[in-house]
Amino acid sequence: MSLTRADVEKVSLLGRLLLSDAELDTMTTQLTRVVGYVEQLGEVNTDGIEPMAHAVEMHNVFRDDALAASLTRDAALANAPKRDSECYRVPAVLGE
Amino acid sequence: MPDHPYDLIVGLETHVQLLTDSKLFCGCSTAFGAPPNTQTCPVCIGLPGSLPVMNREAFRLGLVAAIALNCEIPQFTKWDRKQYYYPDLPKGYQISQYDLPMSQKGWLEISDPKGRFAAKKVGIIRAHLEEDAGKSLHDEAAGKADSRIDLNRTGTPLLEIVSAPDIRSTEETRAYLTELKLLLTYLNVSDCNMQEGSLRVDANVNIHIHTPQGKIATPIVEIKNLNSFRFIERALAYEAKRQFDAWQETGRKMGDPGTFKQTRGWDDAEGVTFSQREKEESSDYRYFPDPDLCPVRTPTAEVQKVRGGLAELPAAIRHRLEKSHGITPYDSDVIVAQGRPLVDYYEEVARIGGDGKKAANWVTQELLRVLNERNWSLAQFPLTAAALGELVKLVVAGEIEITRAKEVFNDMVAHKRSAGESMAALGIAKVDTSELEAICREIVAANPKIVADVKAGKQQAVGALVGQAKKKNPNANPNDVRRICLEIIGGM
Repeated sequence: MSLTRADVEKVSLLGRLLLSDAELDTMTTQLTRVVGYVEQLGEVNTDGIEPMAHAVEMHNVFRDDALAASLTRDAALANAPKRDSECYRVPAVLGE
Repeated sequence: MPDHPYDLIVGLETHVQLLTDSKLFCGCSTAFGAPPNTQTCPVCIGLPGSLPVMNREAFRLGLVAAIALNCEIPQFTKWDRKQYYYPDLPKGYQISQYDLPMSQKGWLEISDPKGRFAAKKVGIIRAHLEEDAGKSLHDEAAGKADSRIDLNRTGTPLLEIVSAPDIRSTEETRAYLTELKLLLTYLNVSDCNMQEGSLRVDANVNIHIHTPQGKIATPIVEIKNLNSFRFIERALAYEAKRQFDAWQETGRKMGDPGTFKQTRGWDDAEGVTFSQREKEESSDYRYFPDPDLCPVRTPTAEVQKVRGGLAELPAAIRHRLEKSHGITPYDSDVIVAQGRPLVDYYEEVARIGGDGKKAANWVTQELLRVLNERNWSLAQFPLTAAALGELVKLVVAGEIEITRAKEVFNDMVAHKRSAGESMAALGIAKVDTSELEAICREIVAANPKIVADVKAGKQQAVGALVGQAKKKNPNANPNDVRRICLEIIGGM
């Protein structure tokens, strides 16, 4: 499978990345190589092997419904690029 | 409904918050109303190196709801990442379920005690377990520059219940949501408090237009975040009309090139829906299995165990009350809609009072009137079921007539007294038959004109005597007075 430039443009939009024309060319070439590399897995014969949903053969890992300490507000907000005394501040969200 | 040439087609996506103490994947509290950003931790705000671990109780509550909704429970289920960028979604993805949800293919039966639509089963396509996002707060004072983000709600367990597009009117929509809400509160799965956002609804709606050439479907619109039943009804009515008008104007129908599923919001102040975006295709969410979470296997025995332990469901209770107490669907609906405590209360009143219908009248009329007037919960109501049952018993036995019984009821509520105590306090006692006859003879003798009227065939003239009898003894039973007076006059 080969990626088209349009595929890469779409993915960059979904990832909220603004790429220049030159970057789009580079990414199309590089991503095609990455996908091709992963596609080698398709050469393995998997007839009769049940599909897995997870890499580890474990299931039903639960915790009890018990409270644990939360972060203090200051600790939670410590890495925010912008904050006030209570909240994270982000550029205004449109359409709501 | 049809004063217009189309059918309304509605499917609902309902999100309910599950009644757990802690969040879905971490130990932060789910309590509503805490100061912003005081209930978060590295897991729920997605700090590097943190790992989610599933809350056992959240999964169990999801299972209980799904089984009560008659869903199939697959033996294997897993969680996926749904990727999108939004400031209230700190990880950049929501942990949800994509192709292998924990339940599917169920149904919920709806009916209308007023008979506006026939009882029907609304299909449930799936119910899956996912995490909630945070909240954007709007800061009017700070102007339009910033949005403020509170992540307390992030990671709260949600059950998303997706109905089939089986709903055909605003009445059916309300009935579906009312029944779903009742079911989930009876099961203690969710408090379904809409004011606090514990129950949120998105509606998928379009119309099927009848034309001489056949049926035409308009493009589907999803209306987001409908926060009250009234909003939902208004939004659906508006949207149906809007789609019909749009079709008349443009002729565009579902599946035409360039038509997509559209997302619209509801503006209640303006009474209109407004376009938010053309729906992204589901592949745009780039779902993939969450490698941080292990899948869950649910053996059949586990499903059986949960099914066996289910609380009695609202529909079953209504049916039982109608059958064993002989009450109307309307009364059983009113009683069950108030919640399990009132059902138990009513059944005790009926048992002691000895008459299910009279007990239902007292509970749905007098008791609920008092609760409404005082804004009380049943727990605050001063009379035990046994005390009200005793009063009903006296009425059933004819010891006290209905108007006086209501006075007794009000006195019982006001002074927290038993029926006997209130009757004594109000001077109410059943009048001895011989005394009653003496009173009747006396007033008949004193009213020759009325006697003449009755003898001339005007039976209703005897009504004037009832008032006079009550003046002589307020406890005189009007029916008895009427009967005895007519007997006396008849024998004259």
